[in-house]
Amino acid sequence: MEYFLQQLINGIALGSIYGLIAIGYTMVYGIIGMINFAHGDVFMVGAFIALISFLGLMAIGVTFVPLALILVLVVAMLLTSAWGWTIERVAYRPLRSSFRLAPLITAIGMSIALQNFMQVAQGARVKPLQPVITGGFEMFEGDNFAVTLSNIQILIVLTTIILMAVFWLIIDRTPLGRSLRACEQDRMMAALCGVNVDRTISLTFVMGAALAAVAGLLYLLYYGVIDFFIGFIAGIKAFTAAVLGGIGSLPGAMLGGLIIGLIETFWSAYFTIEYKDVAAFSMLALVLIFFPSGLLGRPEVEKV
Amino acid sequence: MEPPVREKPRLVPALIDAALAAGLAFLLFCLVLGVRTVDGVRGLTLEPRPVLLAVVVGIVFIGRLALNLFWWDRDWRFPKLPFTGRSEKATGARAAGDIYRIGLILIGLAAVFPLLGLVLNNVFGANLPLLYLIDLSILVLTYVMLGWGLNIVVGLAGLLDLGYVAFYAVGAYTFGILATTFGWSFWMCLPLAGILAAFWGIILGFPVLRLRGDYLAIVTLAFGEIIRVVLQNWTELTGGPNGISNIPEPTFFGLEFAFRGDNTFHQFFGLPYDPVYGSIWLYYIIFMLALITNVVTLRLRRLPIGRAWEALREDEIACRSLGINTTLTKLSAFATGALFGGFAGSFFAARQSFISPESFTFIESAIILSIVVLGGMGSQLGVAIAAVVMIGGFEALRHTDSLQLIFGAGFDPTLYRMLFFGLAMVAIMVWRPRGLVSTRQPSVTLHKDAGAISGDLVSEGRG
Repeated sequence: MEYFLQQLINGIALGSIYGLIAIGYTMVYGIIGMINFAHGDVFMVGAFIALISFLGLMAIGVTFVPLALILVLVVAMLLTSAWGWTIERVAYRPLRSSFRLAPLITAIGMSIALQNFMQVAQGARVKPLQPVITGGFEMFEGDNFAVTLSNIQILIVLTTIILMAVFWLIIDRTPLGRSLRACEQDRMMAALCGVNVDRTISLTFVMGAALAAVAGLLYLLYYGVIDFFIGFIAGIKAFTAAVLGGIGSLPGAMLGGLIIGLIETFWSAYFTIEYKDVAAFSMLALVLIFFPSGLLGRPEVEKV
Repeated sequence: MEPPVREKPRLVPALIDAALAAGLAFLLFCLVLGVRTVDGVRGLTLEPRPVLLAVVVGIVFIGRLALNLFWWDRDWRFPKLPFTGRSEKATGARAAGDIYRIGLILIGLAAVFPLLGLVLNNVFGANLPLLYLIDLSILVLTYVMLGWGLNIVVGLAGLLDLGYVAFYAVGAYTFGILATTFGWSFWMCLPLAGILAAFWGIILGFPVLRLRGDYLAIVTLAFGEIIRVVLQNWTELTGGPNGISNIPEPTFFGLEFAFRGDNTFHQFFGLPYDPVYGSIWLYYIIFMLALITNVVTLRLRRLPIGRAWEALREDEIACRSLGINTTLTKLSAFATGALFGGFAGSFFAARQSFISPESFTFIESAIILSIVVLGGMGSQLGVAIAAVVMIGGFEALRHTDSLQLIFGAGFDPTLYRMLFFGLAMVAIMVWRPRGLVSTRQPSVTLHKDAGAISGDLVSEGRG
């Protein structure tokens, strides 16, 4: 029982990170109907920016950890958003009116380019970071097994909840959110009603990238080690999460992220750790076969 | 009437635009490129690289300025490539003939190339690096074959498959396991590998082919990864991460290409030993396999099943209302594509004589798919050209010393290969979204002289 509880906590922390990345996928898919394949690598770039800015702040003497983390968060969100914006501008916008496969191919190309750019720029070795946030609570002790809730896990879940709340407010209450939802429903009609579609799509990418940067920072703090390849697997799993929750639905993305995180953690804990990715991917296939529109998604109506 | 005089490039807006681009480049690169993380004694340390950052930002500034001044405002155009772009009916017919003729010439060249090289080297004393050239051609041809195989799935049936490498892996491992445990020969395993891959195509395809478009893509990707993870972890059967080694090469009607042995090729023909013979034989095997793929595809296009594939690509709902069994049609396309993937895989295993899960990562699927899409979906010639450009071009990059003269002695082009590859995928796609050969050959025509369909009129399937 204690073991189960511990895995539940771990799974929720991991799932929160997946959920943050999944939002980027689900928003982009909702608005322009493409799989932003490079999003996982934007997450990776965000993690690298967080790592470097954190080390930089330490080097110039900002050693008060909460202040450093907030600064890192701001820097990472800003710079990663710039990456998200640029990728959309360079690789997707010229192809927006083209056929459906074209942006997917440029997205795959961007993903390859970003991975290898980071490998060239920062080296192929894994980048360790000594634990920044340590400690935690021992919730209760069972027979020779203590359930701990570490501070970093609390931080991850809290950050995710706060960001989700802010994000939900943006989507639900601001003019930007309104135009975003309008573009999602009907881009042509939105344009006719005076919504600047290009700007809205750009902002979607910017917000997705900013959330991916937060996920990158949390991943870095949680695992303490990153490399140029983390974006691929995390990206696929986050996409799985987005599909699982119902693509286009924000709460669905979060829910899907949590489910994927839990499946992965429990599978590693009770079965074999080697096949944890297989578990997540099989889940994806099963969900798509039996609930093609995901858990919270709207069924796709085909108009002839 | 006088054409309106175009205002010549305005310098100030161009400068502002370039400065903005440079500013963005600075933001993008200031941390990830301007600072390098180095392993220090106590964890990572940072090492600033201001010069590199300045150079990159400067390149962006100058490049953007040049684009503004001389490119976007230019009043000349590229001469049009043959068989591309908007075509009238007559030019369309000519383009169709062009494609056919170019294809024949390329096949002819490919057929004589190794023998020609051999004659040039041995008779005329030329000093071509023949072994290297042939190895490179084998690699390119493998990708041509894979591209053609995937073209059936993506180009003809319009199903986006991101996990094609799974069937390649099934073919490779079938041959690898059968050859090393039972000692079966390449020629026995080749059909088996294809059939097994097609079987897997059916098994994987059956549940997922109800899905459409991107969902199908992502599920095939997931299956590709599952197969790779299984290969990596099922150590008893596949050797795990160590893979399978000592896979025998294909024999020439029972003759081996080894240096010594009972039954070797050079002894039988009384020739001096030369490793190039083995390579030439492999070259012809893959050449024939690729050609078979091509011919089968072209013939299948004219059969009812091929027409059903193309109809499915154009409009699935219309297909269903016309009474075409879409599941069966999709499944047959998937299985046929997988069949050729399996053939190519078993050839790959025979050629490398070593296989491991590392050869079957997602990046391979992405490369094959990009070959198909960059070449122009559904176009056999386009796929071949794209394979030559993408694989040949980038392999050649690996061996170019001239780049070191430009970038200094420490420049290692292999590191940058995949970076350029990714950027080239983006650039080519933005430049020619319909692929290199964008016209399409109608499989059924009303009049004899009806020609190719221009790329502008071609629609694509929604999967």
